[in-house]
Amino acid sequence: MAEAAAHHESPIPYMVQPHPVTGIPNGKFGIWLFLASEVMLFGALFSSYVLIRTGAPHWPPEGGLTSEIVNVPLGTLNTAVLITSSITMVLSWASCKMGSLPRFKLWMAATIGLASVFLVIKYFEYKHKFDLGHFPSHDNFYAIYFTLTGLHGLHIIGGIIVNTFLLTAGSKMWTTDPEHFTNRVENAGLYWHFVDLVWIFLFPSLYLL
Amino acid sequence: MSETTTHNGHDHAHAGHHELPFWRKYIFSVDHKVIGIQYAVTALFFLLFGFTLMMIMRWQLAYPGQPLPVIGKILGETAMPGGVMAPEFYNQLGAMHGTIMVFLGVVPLAVGGFGNFVVPLQIGAPDMAFPRLNMASYWVFLPGCVLMISSFFFPGGAAQSGWTSYPPLSDIASVGQTVWCFSMVLIITSSLLGSINFIVTIVQLRAKGLSYWRLPFFVHAQLVTAFLLLLAFPPLEAATVMQIMDRVAGTSFFLPSGLVVSGEQLKVAGGGSPLLWQHLFWFLAHPEVYVLILPAMGIVAEVIANNTRKPLWGYRLLVYSVVFLGFMSFVVWAHHMFMTGMGTTMSTFFQTTTMIISIPSVIILTCFIMSLYGGNIRFTTPMLFATAFLPMFAIGGLTGLPLGLTASDIYLHDTFYVIGHFHYVVAPGTLFALFAGVYYWFPKATGKQMNATLGKIHFWTSFVCINFVFMPMFFQGMAGLSRRLYDPTVYAHGRGVQALNVVISLGAWGLGLSQIPFIVNFFMSLKRGARVAENPWNATTLEWAAPSPPGHGNFLTEPVVYREPYEYSVPGHANDYSPQFVEGS
Amino acid sequence: MDEKVYGWWLPPDISTHGAKIDQLISVLHWFMLLLFVGWGIFFVWCLVKYRAREGHKAIYAPVHAIATKYIEGAVVVVEIFLLFGLSTPVWLAYKNTPPDEKNAAHVRIVGEQFAWNFQYPGKDGKFGKTNESLIGSDNPLGLDPDDPAGKDDIVTVNQLHFPVHKPVYVEVSSKDVIHSFNIPVLRVKQDTIPGQQIPVWFEATQAGHFELACAQLCGLGHYRMRADVLVDTPEDYAKWEAENAPPPQEAPAAAAPDTTPAPEKK
Ligand code: HEM
Ligand SMILES: [Cu+2]
Ligand SMILES: [Cu+2]
Repeated sequence: MAEAAAHHESPIPYMVQPHPVTGIPNGKFGIWLFLASEVMLFGALFSSYVLIRTGAPHWPPEGGLTSEIVNVPLGTLNTAVLITSSITMVLSWASCKMGSLPRFKLWMAATIGLASVFLVIKYFEYKHKFDLGHFPSHDNFYAIYFTLTGLHGLHIIGGIIVNTFLLTAGSKMWTTDPEHFTNRVENAGLYWHFVDLVWIFLFPSLYLL
Repeated sequence: MSETTTHNGHDHAHAGHHELPFWRKYIFSVDHKVIGIQYAVTALFFLLFGFTLMMIMRWQLAYPGQPLPVIGKILGETAMPGGVMAPEFYNQLGAMHGTIMVFLGVVPLAVGGFGNFVVPLQIGAPDMAFPRLNMASYWVFLPGCVLMISSFFFPGGAAQSGWTSYPPLSDIASVGQTVWCFSMVLIITSSLLGSINFIVTIVQLRAKGLSYWRLPFFVHAQLVTAFLLLLAFPPLEAATVMQIMDRVAGTSFFLPSGLVVSGEQLKVAGGGSPLLWQHLFWFLAHPEVYVLILPAMGIVAEVIANNTRKPLWGYRLLVYSVVFLGFMSFVVWAHHMFMTGMGTTMSTFFQTTTMIISIPSVIILTCFIMSLYGGNIRFTTPMLFATAFLPMFAIGGLTGLPLGLTASDIYLHDTFYVIGHFHYVVAPGTLFALFAGVYYWFPKATGKQMNATLGKIHFWTSFVCINFVFMPMFFQGMAGLSRRLYDPTVYAHGRGVQALNVVISLGAWGLGLSQIPFIVNFFMSLKRGARVAENPWNATTLEWAAPSPPGHGNFLTEPVVYREPYEYSVPGHANDYSPQFVEGS
Repeated sequence: MDEKVYGWWLPPDISTHGAKIDQLISVLHWFMLLLFVGWGIFFVWCLVKYRAREGHKAIYAPVHAIATKYIEGAVVVVEIFLLFGLSTPVWLAYKNTPPDEKNAAHVRIVGEQFAWNFQYPGKDGKFGKTNESLIGSDNPLGLDPDDPAGKDDIVTVNQLHFPVHKPVYVEVSSKDVIHSFNIPVLRVKQDTIPGQQIPVWFEATQAGHFELACAQLCGLGHYRMRADVLVDTPEDYAKWEAENAPPPQEAPAAAAPDTTPAPEKK
């Protein structure tokens, strides 16, 4: 790669090895910072949700109960799917640590598969609401529901893209620099756990409360 | 346009090791210096563009309702029917001036430009920690800018609800507002990528011996700035996403029930909160004003230390102050909202935090002035701009007091006093500091020196004009004149201060002319400026150890740091400067 | 119209609470001026005294500037005084001490793009109910014709009347976007937030003709969103009220048109 060549003479320090003071390599540090900003992003949306909800005379605005609008069984299933995918993600990283690329591929494929299952289930939930004519404009419950789950869905898609890269083209790095590759898997994992964690907040606050 | 600059900046014999194709070297480059220059040139262009918008607006303010010769015709019948500015167009220009100056001009120049170019050099790193991410951030930023400008050509024109875009007005505005939102999402994303890169770079890639207390103050300022961008921008991104939903998907995040617009009931679900936007917006935008000022203070510190030939006075105090400013800037946002009807507990809290945050600014200013005391001051062009920064920033800062105290804000809120206040901070303040930076680091970036005579002409004319622009605004504000008025003479108190509008406009156009020497100087020096060696200013910090301009990878040998950043005029030394990178006591 | 001449500084203050605000503003500006001048003299002196020249050298050792500590300390003290001594009490009084309901004149104020609507409760002292679905060109506030309390209400557009020397209690709101209720000579300002009724009160000390200026960008007509403020003597006010009171049994909105001057063109 041209890039690698260009940087050959002055490699950037701590790309792979941990920094002696912070104890982590650059990539991991970067991911943590990114997650900090993501916390602010979802935090702002959650606060907006709380504010709008507490200001509303009734929630959901159209009356009734939230659990009658959303599909709690499907939501629960999706929570299970995502938690499982977090576990497979850890296993794929552990496989790298233990030096097995095939097992990494297996677990990573499982993670991607589960993420896709999540999206398919989400699609059916969305479709059901659209069939009833319930679009985001219906009322602020739907506005918040679609905005939050939609943004979360985009994060899932982002995760699928990254993971698919690691599974396919990205895994070539395994032969040249397994340690770096393992770090990358770990970073993708951190992101994935975060996306999972967001869902763990979303699920009760949108489906159950 | 960026190609020409970077090209001239880099066809230096020294950088001859790798032959990358032209487009990899100058367009989709991963080199922090090229990216920094791309940012800087783009930002300078947008500063000029945003300023031009204001120069056009100033016609309407000085001579309300009179046709603007020539330009009025060029801008066309919708914007300027019969050559007279339409109120819609005035509002578009105002909103775009604010947005462009802040998000496409000052921040990209201060952070994207100087941050990218200078920080890795000053910490002795070969590049940013994530060079490709760095490139990505520029290439997300640029489409955002292009989209923002293109909004003028959408039906109904560009965004016209102010740079603050308060709903419900922004929710019901023409499609240009949607374009504004999407470009903001791009610009915010770019800034987030950039800030991650800065923090990791500064924390992980410092050269051997470069402890935190040996970092140049500029790097400290950039580090705090990066944290502000990282944590304050996402809430605005969230708010922008909600505004997009309101506008595109018909939701009511910011729309309460029962709105009646032009006699028609608005067909939305309602139940939202207009003030929610303001909270999210100012949660970003207050830290944002520190994003505008901190890098500027960093530049001023570098230039002052270099030109007074003595160590900065109170270096540690300065660092503590900016860190404290950074923290505090997250808890003052609602001082922009005193007139929205908030409760007295909340307003008392926010006016108290606002008074607290003014203290570190006073300390910073004191440190800078005390740095002059006992110096051996060279009035180079960068130093002139840096010196002028001090009183200008002082005026901006002091006039913040009446706006931060609730009782006086009742009267002054949303008047021209506010416009005067923040412009003293950002225009003769930040902008002058940025000019100081351009003159100071130009030799490093290009290997050529800028012309000093033209620099002095640029400085003195700008300095005089800019005060004619902003000083009268305090009087207009005192007279009670509201901001964002297409025609101030509608009001009796506006007619009382209308003469000042002519003065301001003449000042603004004069300021426009004053930039010609700069532009000439910039391009002329690129071509024919005197060649310089590594360290033309006899400076002490690490960037001056690298060749001018530095090649890919920056330093010829790995730099090692031996001392504090501003060891000037150390007793018993032959030279009046002892660089950080030179061994020996 | 009797054109008052306004200058380059604060316009006359005709409110009972404004003197304290003006006092704060002037104390603040003296303080700012003092700091700036003192500091500016030192600054210029430094620039001249320490300019680079033959045989001159910078002093390496940091000066011990105890004075700066004192000055910074003094700034802190002054700021505390400004904050808790001058600003907060005025603000709290402004916000927390509404006038006695019975003694006050009441007005409901509703902003819209680009006009100010004023509703006065009339003789019964009660506002008629309003409903946004009833808003039309002849009923700018959507007054409910079935509400008896609204029968005697007066509605005006771009013309605010109230008596001098009597507390005025207003509630501001907006139909569409955020505007800001701002009468410079009265030293009052309050953003009007759609969906909220926000109370403001003041008392004028001087009769006359003044201006209400919208202070928050509200669209293309923001600049001309002004209203006449007529501070009447008690007699004039009573006269105006009598003249404009809707005849009994008639829909109140009919009174609106004849008190509605077209928005002034410049
Ligand atoms: C140096 C030349 C500049 C001139 C002559 C100028 C002039 C003005 C004027 C007259 C207004 C008020 C317009 C109105 O209320 O109708 C304004 C608004 C504004 N300016 Fe500038 N300005 C300059 C530079 C800057 C810079 C460097 C920044 C920011 C970094 C900036 C940011 C803003 C913002 C945020 C607003 C408020 C826009 C709004 O109302 O939405 N300006 N400027
Ligand atoms: Cu602020
Ligand atoms: Cu307005």
